[in-house]
Order: sequence, then C-alpha cells, then structure tokens
Amino acid sequence: MAKKLVLDFKVSENRRLNSEYVVLTVKTDEEIPSITAGQFAEIKVDGNADVFLRRPFSIQDVDYNNNSLKFLIQSVGKGTETLCNLSVGSTLNILFPLGNRGFSIAPKESRVLLIGGGCGIAPLMLLGKQLLAAGVKPEFLLGARDISALTQTEEYEAIGKTYYTTVDGSKGTKGFVIHHPVLWDESNQFDMIYTCGPDAMMKAVAKYAAKRNIECEASLENTMACGFGVCLCCVTESVKGHVCVCTEGPVFNIKDLKWQISE
Amino acid sequence: MADLRIKIKNLEFKNPVMTASGTYGFGEEFEDYYNPGILGGIFVKGTTLEPRQGNKYPRMAETPSGMLNAVGLQNKGVDFILENTYPRIKKYDTNIFINVSGSKVEDYVIVTEKINEIKSIPGIELNISCPNVKEGGMAFGTSCPSAAAVVKAVRKVYDGMLIVKLSPNVTDITEIARVCEAEGADGISLINTLLGMAINAQKRKPILSTVTGGLSGPAVKPVALRMVWQVYNAVKIPIIGMGGIMNATDAIEFILAGATGVQVGTANFIDPMVCPKIIEGINNYLERHGFKSVTEIIGALEY
Ligand SMILES: Cc1cc2nc3c(=O)[nH]c(=O)nc-3n(C[C@H](O)[C@H](O)[C@H](O)COP(=O)(O)OP(=O)(O)OC[C@H]3O[C@@H](n4cnc5c(N)ncnc54)[C@H](O)[C@@H]3O)c2cc1C
Ligand SMILES: Cc1cc2nc3c(=O)[nH]c(=O)nc-3n(C[C@H](O)[C@H](O)[C@H](O)COP(=O)(O)O)c2cc1C
Ligand code: FES
Repeated sequence: MAKKLVLDFKVSENRRLNSEYVVLTVKTDEEIPSITAGQFAEIKVDGNADVFLRRPFSIQDVDYNNNSLKFLIQSVGKGTETLCNLSVGSTLNILFPLGNRGFSIAPKESRVLLIGGGCGIAPLMLLGKQLLAAGVKPEFLLGARDISALTQTEEYEAIGKTYYTTVDGSKGTKGFVIHHPVLWDESNQFDMIYTCGPDAMMKAVAKYAAKRNIECEASLENTMACGFGVCLCCVTESVKGHVCVCTEGPVFNIKDLKWQISE
Repeated sequence: MADLRIKIKNLEFKNPVMTASGTYGFGEEFEDYYNPGILGGIFVKGTTLEPRQGNKYPRMAETPSGMLNAVGLQNKGVDFILENTYPRIKKYDTNIFINVSGSKVEDYVIVTEKINEIKSIPGIELNISCPNVKEGGMAFGTSCPSAAAVVKAVRKVYDGMLIVKLSPNVTDITEIARVCEAEGADGISLINTLLGMAINAQKRKPILSTVTGGLSGPAVKPVALRMVWQVYNAVKIPIIGMGGIMNATDAIEFILAGATGVQVGTANFIDPMVCPKIIEGINNYLERHGFKSVTEIIGALEY
C-alpha cells in the first residue's frame, strides 16, 4: 500500500446533486499515489469550531493526471454540512490514502454486482472503473429512498449496467436493493458481490451471498477518531477478534466478519 | 537553537515532547510522516498480563473540543509486546516507556518483572488511572491506600524508571501524588482521561457501548493544567504533564505550570505532524524569550 500523506488540497469544484449530496473535487500540486477502490481519506473540517476530529470519506474517484480526488458527501451533521458548503478555492487538509485493504478485483470475465445505498455508492464508482480496466464488466444495483436521492446515475450507467430500487417506487423496483429481480432471477449467476451502504442493507446482501456461496466483500463505515490505526476506536468483530476497520479494512470479506447472517 | 534536553533522575530526553499512551500505537503508524526517533519519548499503549479484546464498539464519541473513548485497554498482552512489538520499535532513537495496566496488584507486578528483564527499556508508566475497565484500572488511582499498595509492590521488583500516571477523577490529586512519591515513584504523569458520558437524544441511548468513557482533548486542558500546578507544589519528583495539548503554546503552559516534560495524545489523531511542530514551536518560544534551555521555564509561572 502507498505511503500515507497529509496534504493541502484546493476545492476545484463543488457540484450540488440535490439538497443532501454534493460531489467535491479537490486538487493538489503533489502527485497522487496509487489508490485502491475502498480506500478513504480523513478530511480536516476547518471553519466550524464544533467539529473537532477529522471526518472519513471514501475516495469516489481519482485523476492521476490532474492530481485530483473526488468525494461524494452526504450532509448528515455539522462536519458534512460545512464541507457541502465549501466554495471553490477553499483549502482542505487531507490525510490519505487510508485503509490497508480495499476491494479486491475479481478475475477477468467474472460476473460481478456492486450494490450500494446512500453515500455507500461512492467507493463503488472507483471500483467499477478499476474492474473495467481489469477486464471485468461491473453491474451496479443502487438503492435510495426516492428518485431525487438517486444521484450521479449517468456516471454509473457509463461504467456498467445499472439497476435501481427506490422505497417509494419512483425509480426502478419498489423496495430495498435486496428485492430487486436481478437477484432473484435464477439465470443470473454472480461470481462476486461488492457492497457498501447502511449496515442493514449490507447484512441483507451478505446473507444473500452467503446462502448462495457467492464471494462477497463489504466496506464498513465505523466511527473513527484517527483513521490510521492508533486510537483503536473503530473496531469490528472478526474471526480474529476485534480488528480496526481503518487498518484491517475498511473492506472485509464477509467470511471474516462475525455478522449473524446464517439461518 | 535552544537546549531542549531535559532529565528525569539520570535519564536524558532529547526534548520534552513525548507521546501519550493509547494515542500513538507503537510509533510505526507515524513512520510515513516523520521519524519517531526525534521525540523525547514514546509511551506505548496500556499493556496487561493477558491479551485483552477491549470493549465492544462503539468506543468513541466526539464531544465539544474533545472526545470520549472507551477502548478498554485492548492489547496483545505483555509477552507478545516484549517478544514481537518491542524488538521492531527499539530502533527508534528515543526513550520507549511501556504503559503497565492491570486489574490486580499481582498482575502489575508480574508484567513489571517481565519488563525489568529487558534493560534497554528505560522505564514504565504505571497506569493506575484507566477509566474504561471494570476491575482495577482507575480504582487503584483514586484512593491513597490502593495507590500506595500498587506503587510499593511494583517498586520492589523494578529497577528502571517508574513513572506513575494519575487519574484526575479524584477530589485531591496532591494526596495521591504524595503517596506515590513516598512509595518510590521517580516521576508523576498526569492527567489520564476524565470520566464522562455522551447521549444520543434522538435514540435515547448512550453513544458508548460502556455508557461512560474517558474524556480527552482541549476540553480537559484547564483541569489538567490546574492539577499539574497543584502536584508541582506538592511533590519534589518531576512531572510529565498532559491533557489537551494541541500546539507548542499549550505545551509551554504545562511546563510553566511545573511539568518537566509533556505528552501529546488526542492531537496526534487530528494532525499526525503535531509532535514535530510542537518541538519546533518550543524552540522558537525559547529563542524569542531569550532562554538558553527549556529547563529554565519549568515551573516558571510568575504570580
Ligand atoms: C471509511 C468511511 C468512509 C466513509 N465514506 C463516506 C462517503 O464517501 N460519503 C459520505 O457522505 N460519508 C462517508 N462516511 C460517513 C461520514 O464519515 C460521516 O457521515 C461523517 O463523519 C459525519 O460527520 P458530521 O460532522 O456531519 O456528523 P456529526 O454531526 O458528527 O453526526 C451527525 C450524525 O451522523 C452520524 N455519524 C457520525 N459519524 C458517522 C460515521 N462515521 N458513519 C455513519 N454515521 C456517522 C452520527 O451518529 C450522527 O447521528 C464514511 C465513513 C467511514 C468510516
Ligand atoms: C483513544 C485513547 C486511548 C487511550 N489509552 C490509554 C492507555 O492505554 N493507557 C493510558 O495510560 N492512557 C490512555 N489514554 C489517555 C492518554 O494517554 C492521555 O492521558 C489523555 O488522553 C489526555 O491527553 P490528551 O488530551 O492529549 O489526549 C488514552 C486516550 C485516548 C484518547
Ligand atoms: S480510527 Fe483510530 S484506530 Fe481506526
């Protein structure tokens, strides 16, 4: 894994997607080290005295030629709200790339499904691109509350076939991701499922995959104080006992987690 | 360049800036940022006789100007640390202290005896102040007789430098500091975290799995400064001060209050480069104010 850096970036674009989400593009003068999908960054939120610790965000995309990174940010509280309102040209101090284990790339020609919900769709974009580059055609299954919460649809569709679910049925199948017919049509045989999103969603997906013996990797979003393995606050229970999500993950094979998913 | 060296007993520290136990891992995670060997000292994570899994997640809550943790001394146990971890980090050209924790006096003694075998480890920090374990921990540091008992027992088996780390969760910190001095401590470090609590009102639930946890960060700094100053006026042995140090000015305040050295904890999470910046900042302060050595400002509070 690449050396961790702490660098100042400038916001080069703040694209508002809807009332909840923005995509922040940030640029630096330094060269960006190679990033594995699933790796994340700890962003220092300046200009809000109520925010003390850095905030962790998945790297949604990277442009090595322009030394830039992209983050999909959902406003859920004080830190994310401050970030969503940053103007172009603001400086952001970013610690990255973090996480010693990102998503693994499935073998060429495998059939893979990338299932995301909420801000959990972020790391799946970079994963989709890295899969494509490795000769695997990714398919996405993205879930949201309603059509207005489904963002960046064209960008995901440009990478691979994309299926949708919404709770109110305003786009795609009505219900949660786990209800989508692509999962229940027996002629679909997935070799690998990747997932990131709310815990309940990932557990439902993991249960589905475990039952069918499909390899499955999930990216966890435990609350973190440091993001690089020194505070021991971000643990999850694994077959090896408590392990730090920030260093041993954030991506885990579901077989290594102690999720109660067998029937 | 001012002289940044300090001494505790006959042990020299290249500067007064050290890292607080539980906030710096074993230093290795910082190698990407700087060489941990530039520090005055590294105090490694609380080490117990048996490996410990620590408390359940969630273990962290951000609070105004600080954070609560409830890690609960997760560590691989003293044997593993001495056989596997210490040999990897002893290359750092600095004083490495093992933070010794336990739930029984016998455990503290056995762990200390094992460390005593390794003469390249200059000292231990006796943690009688962890608020996050059910048994022992902080209980030892909140009453004079129990603090005396554990310091006495450990002193008997330990030849190296014995620093005792005090809990701020007491009515009179000076009493505890005095008994530690009387039982043979070579130095006092303070403060460990303050017992605190955070609640999620929407869910009507505590945020931490253990309900209560230890508060650290700038929120505790005034309390920590006051306690360092009180202890400085109560004992003769050197003090290592900590609690909310985020920059060189904070560190200098602790030294003025009476600390010989300082430890930086939570600040490492936010800025991994904070320690080198503090070392440089202390030097700048000394030069600006015309001091030749950092020792000139220890306890130099004017009032
Ligand atoms: C590895 C990792 C990757 C992440 N990637 C993304 C991403 O790509 N895009 C994105 O928008 N968010 C992401 N998150 C979540 C993001 O870090 C939190 O939403 C953010 O820290 C909340 O900060 P805040 O100050 O706005 O919230 P606060 O004001 O601190 O809290 C508001 C609410 O958010 C909840 N919250 C706080 N921290 C987290 C957390 N870590 N996870 C979930 N809920 C939290 C709190 O419990 C509270 O209910 C990621 C988290 C991790 C650990
Ligand atoms: C996540 C975390 C873990 C800690 N673990 C230990 C520990 O194992 N042993 C110990 O003596 N103190 C431990 N502490 C306390 C710190 O060493 C220090 O006393 C305290 O955090 C105050 O300093 P600060 O405000 O600079 O962080 C821990 C603190 C934090 C935040
Ligand atoms: S967030 Fe600090 S160890 Fe993972």
